[in-house]
Amino acid sequence: MKILVCITNVPDTTAKISFTDNDTKLNKNGIQYIIGPYDDYALARGVELKEQFGGAVTVLHVGGAEADPQIRKALAIGADDAIRVNCDPLDSYFVASQIAHIARENSYDLILMGRESIDFNSGVVHGLVGEMLGIPSYSPVMKLDIEGSTATIAREIDGGKETLSAPLPLVLGCQEPISEWKIPNMRGIMTARTKPLLVVEPVSVDDMTVPEKYSLPAPKGACKMIPASEAETLIKLLQTEAKVL
Amino acid sequence: MSVLIFVEIDNGTIKKTSLEAIAYGAKIAEKTGGNATVLALGAADATELEKAGFYGANRVLHASDAKLAHENSLAYADVLAQAAAKEDSKIIILAKSGLGDAVAARAAAKLKAGIVSGVTELPEINGAFTVTRSIYTGKAFATAEIKSDVKILVIKKNAIEVDESQLSTSTAIVEAFAAALRDSDFTATVGQVEKASSELSLTEADIIVSGGRGMKGPEHWQPLLDLASALGAATGCSKPVSDLDWRPHHEHIGQTGIKVAPNIYIACGISGAIQHLAGVNGSKCIVVINKDPEAPFFKAADYGIVGDVFEILPKLTQAAKNLK
Repeated sequence: MKILVCITNVPDTTAKISFTDNDTKLNKNGIQYIIGPYDDYALARGVELKEQFGGAVTVLHVGGAEADPQIRKALAIGADDAIRVNCDPLDSYFVASQIAHIARENSYDLILMGRESIDFNSGVVHGLVGEMLGIPSYSPVMKLDIEGSTATIAREIDGGKETLSAPLPLVLGCQEPISEWKIPNMRGIMTARTKPLLVVEPVSVDDMTVPEKYSLPAPKGACKMIPASEAETLIKLLQTEAKVL
Repeated sequence: MSVLIFVEIDNGTIKKTSLEAIAYGAKIAEKTGGNATVLALGAADATELEKAGFYGANRVLHASDAKLAHENSLAYADVLAQAAAKEDSKIIILAKSGLGDAVAARAAAKLKAGIVSGVTELPEINGAFTVTRSIYTGKAFATAEIKSDVKILVIKKNAIEVDESQLSTSTAIVEAFAAALRDSDFTATVGQVEKASSELSLTEADIIVSGGRGMKGPEHWQPLLDLASALGAATGCSKPVSDLDWRPHHEHIGQTGIKVAPNIYIACGISGAIQHLAGVNGSKCIVVINKDPEAPFFKAADYGIVGDVFEILPKLTQAAKNLK
């Protein structure tokens, strides 16, 4: 089975976000980068499926060289090789076009990624890639099993979940509890150093959107404390003061 | 030319978040001098669909093919692209949800459209078409210009204020839309569907009461459920609670769970880890109840009560009941 796992390189979930250069760039000072948490689940499940059925897992990242440590980590977790499309991506459409291009050249049985990146939170890349390749896409996938050339999926829907089975190839956006995050072991870290990481240039895509600037939410006012003995007054305050009830 | 609004149908009626999308699309149509046209798929009564008019829509295209009754993002995107082509729509609006994002994404690839998901306010249209959306899970906003001819906007809850007392009184004209369905969109076999239909959906709810580890165990949830029912609220939980299986996974609110934007969010026994805050920072008013006065959640709250949740919750429930 040939599996492609697409990973993002994002500020970790506790990062404090601020901007520089007249609010046109993220202030990367003091920010620790990680593999997107949802992508990490996709990677873990991809590696498990390879261990079960044989084949290979290729890791793909669309972005700059600063992601290489995270790509090496993915190789240490168990991916066999990696591709990085060297660019500074502008939007989801651009990223999806790059992924679709790589996928067309290599024809994978499964293309896995997180349900969304935790920097831009769009959650549309799997759908875009699926449509660009003319194959189905499903998200958010919480359970994935393969039998022959059919995938059985459990995915979250509004207020519940649904199971479905569909023929491969598929594009899937993943989330917990599809698998448990894997921590690389020493042997994995050693072998990852020599696994191939191919750097390719992007294919050209029309500009769909162009970023202009970033901003932060207005600071929150002070919290109004209500004594526990008068807790019931909260309901009145919500109605008459906050006017939200 | 018209602004096309894709709506989600639940039990034959248009979902609340989709009604917001109609109001949002109608405002843009007003600005750009076009019509606001709604696309509704699956089973729904014309009398329900007509109500799109109250929110500013002129027409509703209804594709009622039985094959569209069950949520299918592949087929829905196909029909959306067909409707956009037929209507010559250059602006397409959807409400943000798992389905909304999936349909928008596949339609964007078909229509070669720029897509922006998580939009938080009306676009600015003066020569350039610029939109602002939420990024870093609510920690910041990004403004971008959409350059493409066709533009797709997936809007977050509360991207537009809808005053229910100021709605239009005219209904929309409902027309049948004959969609060409492709077999390739129906290769999946849908098995079991588990849906808690009696529960209010978290993404739609105006009030949410949510519990954390401070609730001490699944058997102690009743006071929280009582308050939720007195307020007509949906119930949520923190990640540890869903990890411990105290509550179902679809109630998990946070960075890796559901992101919510209610008018009131009441957190009971949740300390307020940054990952949880990321899921609730779209809320208009946050109430935190915690026995620990140092709980970080108080810094993000509008109202705080320090004390025992099991003493406080019944008091709130009583006060909420007295209100009605």
